[in-house]
Amino acid sequence: MSPKGRAPSSQETPPARQEQKNANGPALKKLSAVNLDFYYGAFQALQNISLDFQENHITALIGPSGCGKSTFLRTLNRMHETVKGTRLTGQILLDGKDILKEDVNSVRLKVGMVFQRSNPFPKTIFENVAYGLHVNSFQGGKAAIREVVEKSLVKAALWEEVKDKLHQSAFGLSGGQQQRLCIARALAVEPEVLLLDEPCSALDPIATAKIEDLLFALKSETTIVIVTHNMQQAARVSDFTGFFLLGKMIEFSTTNVIFQNPTQTATEDYVTGRFG
Amino acid sequence: MSSSVTVPKSALPQRRAQSFISRLKSGEELAYLITVTAAAVIILLTALVLYELIAQSGQARHKFGWSFLFTSTWDPVAGDYGALPFIYGTVVTSVMALLIAIPFGLGAAIFLAEMAPPKISNAMTFLIELLAAVPSVIYGVLGIFVLVPALQKSVVPAIKSVAGSLPIFQGTFYGVSVFSAGIVLSVMIVPFIISVSREVLLAVPRDQREASLALGASQWQTIWRVVMPNASTGITGSIFLALARALGETMAVTMVIGNAPQIKASLLAPGNSIASMIASSFTEATDDLFLSALVELGLVLFGVTFVLNGLARILIMTTQQKGAHK
Amino acid sequence: MKPNSAIKNLVNYTMFAVTGLCTVIAVGILFFILGYLIFNGGKSLSLSFFTNLPVPVGEIGGGMANAIVGSGKVLGLATVLGIPIGFLGGVYLSEYSNERVAFTIRYITDLLNGVPSIVIGIVVYAIIVHPMGHYSTFAGGVALGIMMIPISVRSTEEFLSAVPQSLREASLALGAHKWKSIVTVVIPAAMRGIISGTMLDIARVAGETAPLLFTALGSQYWSPGWNGPTATLPVMIYRYAISPYEDWQRQAWAAGFVLLALVLLINIVARLALSKGIYVPKG
Repeated sequence: MSPKGRAPSSQETPPARQEQKNANGPALKKLSAVNLDFYYGAFQALQNISLDFQENHITALIGPSGCGKSTFLRTLNRMHETVKGTRLTGQILLDGKDILKEDVNSVRLKVGMVFQRSNPFPKTIFENVAYGLHVNSFQGGKAAIREVVEKSLVKAALWEEVKDKLHQSAFGLSGGQQQRLCIARALAVEPEVLLLDEPCSALDPIATAKIEDLLFALKSETTIVIVTHNMQQAARVSDFTGFFLLGKMIEFSTTNVIFQNPTQTATEDYVTGRFG
Repeated sequence: MSSSVTVPKSALPQRRAQSFISRLKSGEELAYLITVTAAAVIILLTALVLYELIAQSGQARHKFGWSFLFTSTWDPVAGDYGALPFIYGTVVTSVMALLIAIPFGLGAAIFLAEMAPPKISNAMTFLIELLAAVPSVIYGVLGIFVLVPALQKSVVPAIKSVAGSLPIFQGTFYGVSVFSAGIVLSVMIVPFIISVSREVLLAVPRDQREASLALGASQWQTIWRVVMPNASTGITGSIFLALARALGETMAVTMVIGNAPQIKASLLAPGNSIASMIASSFTEATDDLFLSALVELGLVLFGVTFVLNGLARILIMTTQQKGAHK
Repeated sequence: MKPNSAIKNLVNYTMFAVTGLCTVIAVGILFFILGYLIFNGGKSLSLSFFTNLPVPVGEIGGGMANAIVGSGKVLGLATVLGIPIGFLGGVYLSEYSNERVAFTIRYITDLLNGVPSIVIGIVVYAIIVHPMGHYSTFAGGVALGIMMIPISVRSTEEFLSAVPQSLREASLALGAHKWKSIVTVVIPAAMRGIISGTMLDIARVAGETAPLLFTALGSQYWSPGWNGPTATLPVMIYRYAISPYEDWQRQAWAAGFVLLALVLLINIVARLALSKGIYVPKG
């Protein structure tokens, strides 16, 4: 049996990835976590997490409540730093450079996040999407901003529904629309990686399907990491899946392998519903 | 004793579940009566306040009508009274107080809610709430003996040298003035703005801040562009509350405003507010009409603070509800 | 986009400093006030302040014994009048009334709370002083008592409402009547908070001057009983401070020191010695 799952080494390269490697040259690791340990005060919430996220692919992180998957996700754009008393050791490499050592605001421009419950600002739809541009000294006039807003709303599959009410309050939208608005808002600054923390957990199946569809469309431009406790969603949407349990990453592989042929018992127990 | 079955909806058994006699014997009815009486007394007292204000001001109201609010003569000898100088004084001192207190108060509230570590924030908030407990007459003492001399010696000369040509800074400064009252008032209302605004800011949901930070905004950008707009209704409520407070403030203002029933363009001139006028003249009111006019002043003051307090409460309640829904 | 992180960080630090400065100034005012009162008041304080009656201008050795006693009497009466009504009203709001009635009563209580203190003075003058024909300690006590009621109501209601419903249910399930449950279980559970609220209420009213100006008025002598005007500490401070006599002004400082010390002490004890998160009425 292979030891507790790590990013596939050359011996264990799953078939899908092998093909990609051959087709496109060396494996494109967009974002990598290296030996991450994370502490809330004295409590260690993440133990020695190492994994890679492939460029322009969707990686899902699954696991039971409290397993650390959301905690881990939030380290990837350094949101953990907004909470006092936390400590992170290890490295997070974006295109090879450790983001923990860079200016945090610049990091967050490149690694965007969509949250579990939609959180639009108390502003108009337009201003919500344009927010990221305003706080980052967007060089361009009103017309350029309008273009970016429209482009982002199109990518978030929301444009048709809001194009006539851009200057109305964001709170007038439904839950699913608000979440897509938050996705548009995150996309406006053109992040290279998009992190989504259980983005559909508060939404109905139709709204969920719309978001899953737009993720498929997005991945050609963006690297996507999605935390979800909905295993069907992970199976539908992702190329790679990582299974977390009690702060450790138990197994990481292509989605097919995780769901149909997991190597670890714990993984198998979880995906077959024996616990969690 | 009847079986008191716990009704699912509320833990307290409906009074009809027990018989009246049983309630009477057990003292339940008496207890209820006592508390209801207390509540009724409160309502009656408030009604009494309103009634007396209206009744005792009757003589003046009938004589002057609405023009009372627009006349600026105050002549006890001739029996001609007008509230305008005092309305003017009240408004000017309060506006001045707000203009000074709002920036300081909001600045401190932002620091305490968003930037300071919790322990420091709590300690400083504790001290600021102590400031709110300092009696008005103490502020008055400091106003007369410390603030006014300081203004006379250094501050006002400095202001005059820079902005002395402006009409609001014309004239000789004798210390007691609308200007001094405005400053004392601003110090007195700052703690209210700080503590209410701080609470309102703290109530803004975390995920609003996180959304902003995740887009690369700095902490200050987040505060200014997201947190403050979220809290804007509540902050406005806090300002209304502070204003209501300022309008009714009596002692400190009386001690430094100069007690002159006049309207002057210059802030450096002495003046009078409604509350300070009542405070200084009430015991010397020589006849019924004089007294009635003073009571009418009190009625005006009551009316304005009533409206402001009502608005403030609506605003603050709205903010709390918004936060609860998130 | 070319986000300038350097500028962002600079603005951040600058605003941190600016808002921090505002806070330091605000807190500094407290120490400023304390400092002046301790210094100017302390040096004018002597035993005779507490034991002597005021003396005519020009003579030395005057004190404010009558004002201290007067304040005590007026506050005592106010507490006896205001707290029970406020407390029982709070009990009614929390334990007996339905939502609509409660909303109305709360609204009216807030209305009463917002009445400027000088207006309360006018009203008590009209209903007590004028009919009686003279100023009195009694009228002063009533005026302050009226002011104490709204704060007591809100405070009591807040603390009673905070007592978990399960306590009431447990008591009722054991067969106790509702009022007994309230008296033996609910009120004791909220007692700490109610006491602290009462202390803060007293401290707030102890410093009030305006409502006493035309109810208790003032006096240079003892005022036995309740039917005559009486000196009180805040009013003495006011009258002495605005007087042109240096000796009186010094006494105003001393009295101010005593009053402030009293008020702040009660506040600190009430807020600290009791648990965090007590409801502190704002204004």
